[in-house]
Amino acid sequence: MKKIALIGIGKMGISHLSILGAHPQVEIVGVADTSTLVTDIINKYTSFKCFENYKTMLNEVTPDAVVVSVPTKYHEPIVREMINKGIHVFVEKPFCLGTEKGYQLVELAKNKKVINQVGYHNKFIGTFVEANKIIKGGFIGDIIHFSGDMNGPVVTKPKAENWRSKPEEGGGCLMDYAAHLIDLINYLVDPIKKINGADLISIYSKNVEDAVYSLLETENGVHGSINVNWSDETYRKMSTAITIIGTKGKLIVDSTELKVFFKTIDTPKGYSKGWNIKQINQLSNDVNFYLRGEEYSSQIDYFIDALEGNKPNNINTFKSAWTTDNVIEQIKKFKNN
Amino acid sequence: MQRILFGDNQFFGVNHVSDEKSRSQSIKFKEDKTILKTIDYAMDAGIETFMCTTHDRMVNIAALMRNSIEKYENLTIYPCLPYAHKYANAVTELGIMGTVKQYVPGNFFGSMLKGGVAYLSKDYISIMELMVDAELKMFKGLSTPVIFLQNVITDLLLGLGMKDIIKAYHQYIIKKYNAEPAYITMNMPKMLMLLNSIGIKNPIICTSINIDGFRMSGGKELYEYTLKNNEVRTIAMQVLSGGSTPPSKALEYVCSLTNVNSILFGASSKENIAETSALINYYDEKYEMHIA
Repeated sequence: MKKIALIGIGKMGISHLSILGAHPQVEIVGVADTSTLVTDIINKYTSFKCFENYKTMLNEVTPDAVVVSVPTKYHEPIVREMINKGIHVFVEKPFCLGTEKGYQLVELAKNKKVINQVGYHNKFIGTFVEANKIIKGGFIGDIIHFSGDMNGPVVTKPKAENWRSKPEEGGGCLMDYAAHLIDLINYLVDPIKKINGADLISIYSKNVEDAVYSLLETENGVHGSINVNWSDETYRKMSTAITIIGTKGKLIVDSTELKVFFKTIDTPKGYSKGWNIKQINQLSNDVNFYLRGEEYSSQIDYFIDALEGNKPNNINTFKSAWTTDNVIEQIKKFKNN
Repeated sequence: MQRILFGDNQFFGVNHVSDEKSRSQSIKFKEDKTILKTIDYAMDAGIETFMCTTHDRMVNIAALMRNSIEKYENLTIYPCLPYAHKYANAVTELGIMGTVKQYVPGNFFGSMLKGGVAYLSKDYISIMELMVDAELKMFKGLSTPVIFLQNVITDLLLGLGMKDIIKAYHQYIIKKYNAEPAYITMNMPKMLMLLNSIGIKNPIICTSINIDGFRMSGGKELYEYTLKNNEVRTIAMQVLSGGSTPPSKALEYVCSLTNVNSILFGASSKENIAETSALINYYDEKYEMHIA
């Protein structure tokens, strides 16, 4: 049994709380949020103990780990405080504003030996996991090119201001949305090292971009592009798709389907030369509790397993999320220059 | 409840196993009349229940049905609320508080704030009731004898253990709408336990049931055991588990189970609707429909 506390009950926080609430190996010892509306509802209708301030919470309870889902600008100070107390941390994506401070946290977590994980849930979706196995197994050969598309209907009209519309607080399509796609490319291809072009375009937002178009290059010299637009209402919900072309084949993957073409008979087991299509129902992990997608439960299960020493804590580490932060920072710099 | 229920996913670009297909479907069903025509095909195949989310486009579809009420007087609608993506997108944009402000009708929220937190805490149930009313307004004048809570909300409340909210929803649907409250969930065994624990017996639950065990949280065996050993009126959904298993094999499995009262499916073409209905009828005869 692991004692978990949550800091921040917004859209992701409430989802994590529900999943953790249903987890048989978890005891929720405290929930902190600055909104009295949120804490009041949780106090009244659940058995969880609520606090308006996480510092007060930590004076009263001693969690093994915390789940931090606060606006991005607060990630760094709160995560630092937790690591210094020796508390294991799951933090929402993106990891940190500012790669220098982010790197300090990577080192601090290593020195203090705390389990660390960031909420890039795509790496727990069966189609992407399978795509990674095929690529890493060398079945599509050397990668020649990648292109990533990500679209969704987040900002479809001029809107009220909140932290997501302030660049200094981690708002905007690049940090909040494109981060997922960049992180997936780092995982499936190899880490992006160089920016060869970048356009950040505002469509409805005043102060942040609603679309990101960029030409990228990985540390192994593979070129590719990303097209990200969170103001596209022709999509019902967030959609992330990546096409990867290799010397021995081609792979098209999104969260529901994996389509892969092999040029030769040298294929993984269960595949054959030519086109192969696998859908998520053939590739998804079974979970004990489902809310919005297997991946949200799977990433929490993985974190709890890592706390119990049953999993290695090497998916979505601070280090890997920091690599993604670094790409985001470089795209911004490229644009500003 | 009828044995076969017609669903609406295909109309609104919802496809759980193919993003690509979901986009081509939203192009196909751009016009409301195309949706209505497909519902007519379902009625031609003897299906008299349409189960649908409170998607914005249902406002028009429902209005068209009211305009030809003689034609649709035998059609029963099972609304499923809320259309969750509307709220999920709003929460990203406006936050939880902003979303409540946006979607709770009238000036209710403003007036509540003045009353302070003490007053507020008494009235979350009233907020929920107002939101239910806002969602169901579109079906006025149509027959809605069963009203579902969508799985995202059901399962969120289940994980949070918010029993009082579920109980309040249940009572409100009976009191205000004289209808049967029902639940869509991806966690059927857990949800049934929770409902039983708050005194709700023999509930209507709509949940994924398929031969592949897809989205059957806790496992297929647990679902089969739960069906066999409990009082529950079940609607099986995702019975074709996305189409990777041949329909006849997939439907034979569902028809062979105990306590599956109804089968929900969606299809875009007249041929598919007729074929699926015929297969269900065929296997029902073979297994003589096991309802406890």
